[in-house]
Amino acid sequence: MSAAKDVSVSAMAGSRWRVSEVAFWIVVLACPFLFPSRYLIMTDILRLALFTLSLDLILGYAGIVSLGHAAFFGVGAYSAGLLALHGIINEPVLALIVAGLAAMVLGFLTSFLVIRGVDLTRLMVTLGIALLLEALGERFSDITGGTDGLQGIEMQPILGQFAFDMFGKTGFWYSLIVLFVLFLLARRVVHSPFGLSLRAIKNNPLRASAIGIPVNRRLIAIYTLAAFYAGIAGALFTQTTALATLDVFSFERSADLMLVLVIGGTGYLYGGLIGAVVFKMLQEMFQEITPQYWMFWIGLVLVAMVMIGRERIHRWVLWLPNLVIRQITGRKAAVAVPETDAS
Amino acid sequence: MTTVFTILFDGVAYGMLLFVLACGLAVTLGLMNFVNLAHGAFAMAGGYVCAVLVNNQGWPFFAALPLAFFVSAAIGASLERILYRHLYTRSHLDQVLFSVGLVFMSVAMVDYIMGSSRIFIMVPSALEGQFDLFGVGIGRYRLMIVVICGLLTIALQLILSRTRFGSRLRAAVDDPRAAIGLGINVPQVFAFTFAFGCGLAGLGGALSAEILGLDPYFPLKFMIYFLIVVTVGGSSSITGPFLASLLLGIGDVAGKYYVPKMGPFVIYTIMIAILIWRPNGLFGRGAAR
Repeated sequence: MSAAKDVSVSAMAGSRWRVSEVAFWIVVLACPFLFPSRYLIMTDILRLALFTLSLDLILGYAGIVSLGHAAFFGVGAYSAGLLALHGIINEPVLALIVAGLAAMVLGFLTSFLVIRGVDLTRLMVTLGIALLLEALGERFSDITGGTDGLQGIEMQPILGQFAFDMFGKTGFWYSLIVLFVLFLLARRVVHSPFGLSLRAIKNNPLRASAIGIPVNRRLIAIYTLAAFYAGIAGALFTQTTALATLDVFSFERSADLMLVLVIGGTGYLYGGLIGAVVFKMLQEMFQEITPQYWMFWIGLVLVAMVMIGRERIHRWVLWLPNLVIRQITGRKAAVAVPETDAS
Repeated sequence: MTTVFTILFDGVAYGMLLFVLACGLAVTLGLMNFVNLAHGAFAMAGGYVCAVLVNNQGWPFFAALPLAFFVSAAIGASLERILYRHLYTRSHLDQVLFSVGLVFMSVAMVDYIMGSSRIFIMVPSALEGQFDLFGVGIGRYRLMIVVICGLLTIALQLILSRTRFGSRLRAAVDDPRAAIGLGINVPQVFAFTFAFGCGLAGLGGALSAEILGLDPYFPLKFMIYFLIVVTVGGSSSITGPFLASLLLGIGDVAGKYYVPKMGPFVIYTIMIAILIWRPNGLFGRGAAR
């Protein structure tokens, strides 16, 4: 068998839908019927999941550590807000795509800065870009509304059919469909030869370029795609909450995002989704204990996760599901421990 | 014309302050390749120690400064022994997550203990106001900062270049493996340097309360500034970060004076431009590890 065929067979095998994946989405679909009164928080989780998926694409698959991913989220949020506020594009789905494209353009332009240099430089440049945008937003407060944010955004019905209601039911289904479509796309991307080459780059950029992978071009491509995803997440935020404030660019948002991804696990697509659920639940819990100081607990979780070791925690969590699967199907565990990342 | 000199002077004072705040971080990054985003937390600790001593206990300002140094150094040393040393070999992602977690915890803790409002340290009256020197307005407090930080910089340079410890440290920064092979106890050198750097940050925090403002969000607000000093200055010598801090200080003060509306825009743009031009910093070595 030739090498190319070998790769395609293994890639095809990897991209097959597993039972656990189908089960996961069935559970997601069941959620609105199980908790009909909690649409708003569930929409919040979906949005966060999409945003985290975007970070996973660059951090988990390509190994780019970003401290300023909120930049793209913010651009998407403001694009969607401005489009709706000035009535340029009234149709939400179209506005969503345009907002995503705006973030994508920024992602493409800044990717050239990000592919240069080592981890530390990347951290600085990504953080710097987010801060720069925040400063710009403050400077041009006549456009962005300054610290008050954009006010009086009125969303038109989706596709002219489904109006946003006050319980957030439409917003929820809208977000869920967007998330699912983009998830399918991401799934396709990471299981393609392109996605495999990204993993090769992450594990060892030098070796990857030695076997003929155009490292920089691949990184630019995935960074741009991730920016598109983050922009869509930001636009969803604006559209479902009718709000866009300057804190969309804040460092805390980028840092929280990393925590979400790390909770869920990097380098597999469900990490972002699971992380978003766990993070929101943790946040609710901490806010109930100490409303003002929940930052402390988030910090503690971060420190504890790193000290114990992320892989170890994921092994503990996956022990029970794996045991169950082994007992039922009598084969090797289907729920994989996410990849460890190369330092 | 005189305003130019005043701005220059203020910028230098600001820059020197940033240097004292950030030089510990330069060593951490250069020696252990450890991305410590929590460096500002140690500075904040020093600032609050000084504030409590001066405002509540009635200590004289100059007596409280050394204590700010020692308390921060002690916190740094104990955290290094308990937590940091386990993470030197881990990935940058882990280090970032860990130090961001520390920052969040420190912010919430200070907020809980001291309240979220900005704190002022009562400065002795001799340091208030400004005087004219050949028509250039010179703030007394800023002059004191320039003097203290200038002396510290000279002392640091002497320690680094003249003492046995300094040569060990330089050897360890240049090539940790070879240094270990030569019998230098690199972890010990590092632990000491880390504590010393935290102490300097604490001292800087105490001095900066008057100029930068001191509130629980200090570590988050100035994190980027410390990182700029280190990444732009490079971590191979003490001169690089020093010049980078001066550049940053003068740039920031001048930017805020001449184009106040652009705010921090100027600094970030300069930083990004420099990092594109020289990804390893203005004064950095060729290849980073």
